[in-house]
Amino acid sequence: MTLRRAVIVLLALPVIAGPAAGIVSAQAKEMFVPSTVYRTGAYAPSGIPFANGLWDYLTMINERDGGVNGVRLVVEECETQYDTKQGVECYERLKGKNGGAMVFNPLSTAITYQLIPKAGVDKIVIHSMGYGMTAAADGRWFPWVFTFPTTYWSQASSVIRYIGQQEGGLDKLKGKKIVHIYHNSAYGKEANPTLEELARLHGFELTLLAVDHPGQEQKATWLQVRRINPAWVFMSGWGVMNQVAVKEAAAINFPMDHFIGNWWSASEADVIPAGDGAKGYKGATFHAPGSNFKVHADIVKFVYDRSKNIGPKDRIGEALYNRGVVNAMYLTEAFRTAMAKYGNKPLTTEQVRWGYEHLSLTEARLDQIGLKGFTHPVKVTCEDHEGSGPVLIQQWDGKKWSIVSDWIQPMREVVRPKLEAAAVEEGKKLGYTMRDCSKEN
Amino acid sequence: MLDVLYGVLVAPVKDMAGSPAFLAEVVIGGLAAGLMYSLVALGFVLIYKASGVFNFAQGVMVLFAALTLVGLMERGAPLVLALLLTMAVMGALAFAIERVVLRPLVNQEQIILFMATIGLNFFLEGFGELVWGSNVKKLDVGIPDSSFMVWGVQVNRLELTAAITAAVLVAVMAVFFQRTRIGRALRAVADDHEAALSIGIPLNTIWIVVWSAAGLVAIVAGIMWGAKSGVQFSLSLIALKALPVLILGGFTSVPGAIVGGLIIGVGEKLAEVYWGPLVGGAIENWFAYVLALAFLLVRPQGLFGERIIERV
Amino acid sequence: MIYREAGQFKSTYASDQAVFPIRQDRIVVGLAVAAAVIAVPLVANEYWLQAVLIPFLIYSLAALGLNLLTGYAGQVSLGTGGFMAVGAYTTFKLTSAFPRLSVLLAFLLAGLVTALVGLAFGLPSLRIKGFYLAVATLAAQFFLLWLFNKVDWFTDYASSGTITAPPRTVAGIMVTGPAATAPVRYLTALAFVAVFALVAKNLVRGRVGRSWMAIRDRDIAAEIIGVRPLRTKLLAFTISSFFCGVAGAEYVFLYLGGAETLAFDINVSFLVLFMVIIGGLGSILGSFLGAAFIVMVPIFLTNVPHLLGLALPVALQKQIELMVFGGLIILFLIVEPHGLARLWQITKEKLRLWPFPY
Repeated sequence: MTLRRAVIVLLALPVIAGPAAGIVSAQAKEMFVPSTVYRTGAYAPSGIPFANGLWDYLTMINERDGGVNGVRLVVEECETQYDTKQGVECYERLKGKNGGAMVFNPLSTAITYQLIPKAGVDKIVIHSMGYGMTAAADGRWFPWVFTFPTTYWSQASSVIRYIGQQEGGLDKLKGKKIVHIYHNSAYGKEANPTLEELARLHGFELTLLAVDHPGQEQKATWLQVRRINPAWVFMSGWGVMNQVAVKEAAAINFPMDHFIGNWWSASEADVIPAGDGAKGYKGATFHAPGSNFKVHADIVKFVYDRSKNIGPKDRIGEALYNRGVVNAMYLTEAFRTAMAKYGNKPLTTEQVRWGYEHLSLTEARLDQIGLKGFTHPVKVTCEDHEGSGPVLIQQWDGKKWSIVSDWIQPMREVVRPKLEAAAVEEGKKLGYTMRDCSKEN
Repeated sequence: MLDVLYGVLVAPVKDMAGSPAFLAEVVIGGLAAGLMYSLVALGFVLIYKASGVFNFAQGVMVLFAALTLVGLMERGAPLVLALLLTMAVMGALAFAIERVVLRPLVNQEQIILFMATIGLNFFLEGFGELVWGSNVKKLDVGIPDSSFMVWGVQVNRLELTAAITAAVLVAVMAVFFQRTRIGRALRAVADDHEAALSIGIPLNTIWIVVWSAAGLVAIVAGIMWGAKSGVQFSLSLIALKALPVLILGGFTSVPGAIVGGLIIGVGEKLAEVYWGPLVGGAIENWFAYVLALAFLLVRPQGLFGERIIERV
Repeated sequence: MIYREAGQFKSTYASDQAVFPIRQDRIVVGLAVAAAVIAVPLVANEYWLQAVLIPFLIYSLAALGLNLLTGYAGQVSLGTGGFMAVGAYTTFKLTSAFPRLSVLLAFLLAGLVTALVGLAFGLPSLRIKGFYLAVATLAAQFFLLWLFNKVDWFTDYASSGTITAPPRTVAGIMVTGPAATAPVRYLTALAFVAVFALVAKNLVRGRVGRSWMAIRDRDIAAEIIGVRPLRTKLLAFTISSFFCGVAGAEYVFLYLGGAETLAFDINVSFLVLFMVIIGGLGSILGSFLGAAFIVMVPIFLTNVPHLLGLALPVALQKQIELMVFGGLIILFLIVEPHGLARLWQITKEKLRLWPFPY
């Protein structure tokens, strides 16, 4: 009886307890950066290093420099478990907090699609770095969404160019068999139209093999790969699909150095279960792995030595950790770009958007911030929110990832027209109108 | 029209006949995959047979068992010790479940108990991650995941080991259920709780034994699947792959879980490899269910399930 | 003392058959509806509307549909996600093919299409019973999602592979699309769920509902007294799928704004089934209570540390949340196995006697 009463009271609580609505008082000289992460759930092995990298870099900026040009960054993590519903909840809860979120890094293609229509209405920048809606790279239709430094379509064309390089020239691709193994979702299918067009242009035989979510059982797929016996395999996988694919490839004795994963399929978590079998596995990326950069030394000094870290020290420099670092770096540099124009004070979201749209990261600047050779210089413009998009190939040697190629340019002449056509389509669906970049500053 | 019929009915069969070695590989791969599903389905069957509960949390129990094993091994315990400790942990878990979940809900309908296992599922998910972390862990039990050739057909060592383990496990269970006193008591409880109670069979002890046995099966399944994909959260999703096996074989039958697994495994792989390319691939998931559905239409209680006797 | 029926006499058959025969009930429900329609949009901030109330209303509609099928007709269904997807994709195709069509009408038409699909997948129910029937609906779930993934026609050949809610107005007010405000979307969802709940309530009180319950309880005896199992079961599947289809359309058009097939995967089916079981099988109110529990408790648990001033790391918070959520479910089941609706019923019965103990 008492238990029953207690339960009824418990029931009433969620209804009565009001929302933890954001405290609107923003301290002077602070800007709020929410960090949507997934540290639990099926994708945690990939989400944890990314979240740590982002946190560490931004904390280092606060500790070492006192913030971006003196304005501290308030970072708050919100767990989405890679689930769209929880992503919505995080967005709605954090967008108005602490004076308003400056930018959102959704870290999930599904959540990005969900947030893109809201970005223009709520006026918050969405930076879907190398993921999300490729068509949003056309800034004329999607002023509030940025995808730099590259997109899935550019990546696909770069990988084909790399394969061509390995085979002795793009013309040598004629008649060769290439298989694309992809996660059966919108994300996985992204590269397919580009690959099909390139197959037409360069004459290679493309086979598309879909793996149903979550991809724990891929025997049939890899039996088919064995039968086709392709020269190269490209994979757009995610989560457990990656680990199983690498294991299956090793089990059928596929030459691992002819197996290239995209940048979400080539991290430490993906190769660990396969052990030695994964040696030689390649992956695409847009930044270097490893922790020998000056920025890592600074992170150790200002974050780990002051115990302000979340993750363990021995995982600094992992592929996805560095991705978090590069995401955070773009963020601070965009803020800096905006402050150069609007002054060293907390910015409005319109000003932040301007900063993102006029970001111009040069080699010299990368050297200055301790990231020499870490990533490619980026120039974002009004029309091009992709920033031209070259790609590196990295290879796993059993212990770590190392870069085995130069920067490979995407085939812009193939990708950009398709991108612009897709942008028109997606923009019209949402009722947008195209901006005229020449009229803006 | 004729092309479509040809493409669906004739071409795949010609394909199969054209390269028998490859067909053999597909069938063997299917059998192996099916046995892996059966390993998971066995846990479900054990619990349903003895307590009438459809244990939604079985997938998470597999994950929890694997996490515990790997976690202990990471902390330095040798394999055998880690195994024994994990078995003890699963036994303790069974005890806790019986006390906290099963005893208060002893006479409720199936669907209520099912919901309770759903609550258990959420709880174990959070608890497992809390204790052992969310990173992917490599499970190394000394079985190499490489292949060797037998008569021109590639056979995978890990899958062979899984197949042998499944066979041994089923044999042990068959002996256990048929020949021992506890096995007999379990069958009595499965038949009728109240009658078993009235002849003095201690229901609570039986339940603890059953859930511990299911925990053991979960450990084995966790080892096999964990060796394939690394021990991580997604391991709990294999329960979904075991559902068609369960439904096909019947909820209450151990041989049904094996036979069902074999049928689903082979059917799935054949469909994916030979008919999949016609429709763009990735048909495995729903094909398994359609296959189970087709069998159910003939035998509505599953191949080996208890015949449902309808009374007015 | 307050909640007494004494003195309330009915003088017409109609008033005797009212859904809320007791005057106090009518007053409370009237106040609740007024609050929901007038007070909430004025008072609630966007977070509450967008992240809590709108999903609650949409899931309530889906739970209502599933409750009709599983709670009243006794047919276990795990295909809710697939049926919601049918509703969403059909609405998308209708709105893109007929831009002048009112979006509300598009929802209803999509519901009709989903009803037909549900009818088709309900056919095995004539042969298969109980938990085994779940397999037919699971086949529906996986097959439908595969279909929407594979056949590009459903997404209008979009390069992104997703469907988006286009901007559409009703009587000059923007209802769907990026510019639609949260209060407008909330009111639309509320209107739909209120009308459908009324329809469902009357269905289950009438001949149709009684035939469903007869099939659920003793299907052979029901057949003997003249309830036709074929028609009854198929009708249950049809109507339930109609509800789920409209809920699916609302899910994309009023809540998410854009989605791909993964938004409707098996987890959604399980979630709606949990709502129905926790809320109470065979109860209209139960669908709402279950949806409220499943939608609001996790959000409440996420916000509790903030309210208490604790700053826990997010991973730990989420893990504790899961454990507490699971524990709460087990606790509720031990306290009241028949669901929250039964708890409410018992409360009402106690209220009738209050302040007297008996």
